[in-house]
Amino acid sequence: MWKRFSSNRPALVGVVLLIAVIAVALLAPVLFPNGPWKMVQRPFLMPMAVDGLPLGTDTLGRDVAAQLAYGAQVSLLVGLVSTLVALLIGVPLGALAGFYGGYVDEGAMRFTEFFQTIPNFALAIVLVAIFEPTLASITLAIAIVSWPPVARLVRAEVMSVRRREFVDAARLAGLSKPRILLTQVLPNTVSPIIVMASLMVATAILLESSLSFLGLGDPNALSWGYMIGAARTVIRSAWWLSFFPGLAIIITVLALNLIGEGLNDALNPHLRQRGQKP
Amino acid sequence: MTTLAIEHLTIGLPPGADRPFATEDVSFTIDKGQILCVVGESGSGKSMTANALMGLLPPGVTVKAGRALFQDQDVLRLPEPQKQALRGARIAMIFQEPMTALNPLMRIGDQITEVFAAHNLYSPAERRMRALTLVREVGLPDPEKIIRAYPFQLSGGQRQRAMIAMALALEPDLLIADEPTTALDVTTQAQILRLVLDLRDRRGMAVMFITHDFGVVAEIADTVIVMREGRVVERGAAAQVLGDPQHEYTRRLLDAIPTGRLPPARPKADTPALEIKGLRKIYRTGGGLFRPVREVRAVDDVSLTVGRGEVLGLVGESGSGKSTLGRTAVRLVTPDGGQVLVGGVDLAALSEQDLRAQRHKVQMVFQDPYASLNPRQRIMGALTDGPIQKGVPRAQAQARARDLLEIVGLGADAARRFPHEFSGGQRQRIGIARALAMDPDLIIADEAVSALDVSIQAQVLDLLRDLRDRLNLSILFITHDLRVAAQLCDRIAVMQKGKLVEIGTVHDIFLSPRQDYTRQLLAAVPGGGWAHDAGLPA
Repeated sequence: MWKRFSSNRPALVGVVLLIAVIAVALLAPVLFPNGPWKMVQRPFLMPMAVDGLPLGTDTLGRDVAAQLAYGAQVSLLVGLVSTLVALLIGVPLGALAGFYGGYVDEGAMRFTEFFQTIPNFALAIVLVAIFEPTLASITLAIAIVSWPPVARLVRAEVMSVRRREFVDAARLAGLSKPRILLTQVLPNTVSPIIVMASLMVATAILLESSLSFLGLGDPNALSWGYMIGAARTVIRSAWWLSFFPGLAIIITVLALNLIGEGLNDALNPHLRQRGQKP
Repeated sequence: MTTLAIEHLTIGLPPGADRPFATEDVSFTIDKGQILCVVGESGSGKSMTANALMGLLPPGVTVKAGRALFQDQDVLRLPEPQKQALRGARIAMIFQEPMTALNPLMRIGDQITEVFAAHNLYSPAERRMRALTLVREVGLPDPEKIIRAYPFQLSGGQRQRAMIAMALALEPDLLIADEPTTALDVTTQAQILRLVLDLRDRRGMAVMFITHDFGVVAEIADTVIVMREGRVVERGAAAQVLGDPQHEYTRRLLDAIPTGRLPPARPKADTPALEIKGLRKIYRTGGGLFRPVREVRAVDDVSLTVGRGEVLGLVGESGSGKSTLGRTAVRLVTPDGGQVLVGGVDLAALSEQDLRAQRHKVQMVFQDPYASLNPRQRIMGALTDGPIQKGVPRAQAQARARDLLEIVGLGADAARRFPHEFSGGQRQRIGIARALAMDPDLIIADEAVSALDVSIQAQVLDLLRDLRDRLNLSILFITHDLRVAAQLCDRIAVMQKGKLVEIGTVHDIFLSPRQDYTRQLLAAVPGGGWAHDAGLPA
């Protein structure tokens, strides 16, 4: 598995980029002990204009580099946690629907469709607007709008694995249905779930940035989306204020997508055909 | 006159494959009007040779050396446009699985006329005419209707006929047939083989026929080459290779074939291990406001018993309901009526809860060795889950699992490995060990050896025979292959369209069948005449 993954160069680039982003996020308090909110110089300093401020300062004279580093913490945290919560909702629901079928399936899928009919982003905005915009509520809102595809995927996978002969064999062994689902069926659906999760983290980061851009972010947490949103009005005079956070979002999302693609190739070797023996 | 001459063909596999070459230094010729059979087990490189001729090699696989002279042109070195003109027009190919080779969204007639259209021949009206003639020639019933049918509306044999009609459309000089009858029932297979022979006689085509079945070879081959791991190990006229094989590998293959040689009858058992009484299972499909429900009587009022220590063969063509019967007997399928008595308990009437406690009494060995083991579970887990659930202490179950792995010939350290580390035959042994681990009263083997190569098949049959004698096993052995059934079974039950047609001892069924259908099945066994010539009743 790892061998196949590591032979995929784009995926390795993704891993390196992601590790770099994570490192910056973790080292933020060491690199910028003053925090992101402290004013350090006069506002609107160009990048490299003053020593020690490689990315310049923003409208209030705060260090853009420090903001970027702390923003990485927020983005990654929201992305990871919301994906985990989405998996916690989607996997059990999809597994039950796919495994038991019948009314369970009908019920679970109609419930899922209820969420799918409302546009993701609109629902997220409404949810955040109803709750207080805190990191927790934003994370929850993102999770609530992103679990339905997980449920669908898991349901489809479980339905196909359930028909394999080893499941019949497990039934003949007298195993109970819940146990068959947990020990025989679900382990065989893990690969596509991992692939999807890695891509979901990227989408979640984008969603969080979009929410913050619209001013629906947590006012106490500085995120990349918030930086772009705040710099919107001065984009023609101070391009670097929106350029660098935008670049950070692009790099992180790209890294996660590359990793997702790489995992997909490594975990589903059947889909890979070029240069392979059939 | 030589139609095709292959000289020193070597095909290279991509690095990391199990061997460097798919075929190595393969040479043979096919004359006009001759049928050459290429025989070998899976992985012998027999299909690669054909694919190379058609320019259908998978990515990464390349022709390293050698020539393929077709009418004095080296087809391997032709530029792609000329190759394309050759394909279909002069060389045609038919495949094993007609359903995947035909376009599911096109009518049969359109697929045949498309062949003409691709080569810019004839007017549309004439194309249709010719399509109709071809459909008639390959013996499809009701040609006017058939050319308007979609592939899914045809049976397997009819689809294969349609494929052959397409292949014949441009009157090719060479027909390559890659295991065209492997997916078909015996009676259908016999018909298709007759059709190939017929067409060869009428059109004087050369035929390259790829197969793993020596029975098929005996039916149609003029000359034979036997391939093993990419090399030709034996070649010669069919009668010579079959009658007096020179190479030790050919002899092994021939020995491995279930010949229909009947084993001596064994004493009949008195106490029943399984009693099936009046079993019925009906599948209902479709049905809406205005459409009637379609009913298929998969199992229709079948009664039979399997004695303790007896092996009962259940034989029938696909769709005869034999698999449904097997799955009903282990209650993977709940019947609509009737009783399944195992040790006095009616499995068909138990609730889900009570059933789980009785599950261990009947176990099953499945057909597909690749699908019947959980790829993410170690062998030990697969063998101990059931017994532990039954209440056997873990340590004892594990010790028993190791013993069983020894018994089926794998060795105890197989327990720590994952299924993908084993070959098909080894996996089937694991499947048998898993069934034995539950100490069942009865084992149901559903086409348990059908997916295996002949030599592996022979080994697994030997194992089953050995276990039957040593452990006094009762087995319900479901198969479509009468030759296999003859090897192992004490009695044979023949099913057709959900009904039990005939049941009797192996000797009765083979030597004095009472029903027409049984006689038909026996006559359709490929190579029957050849086995008979060798002094064996078949």
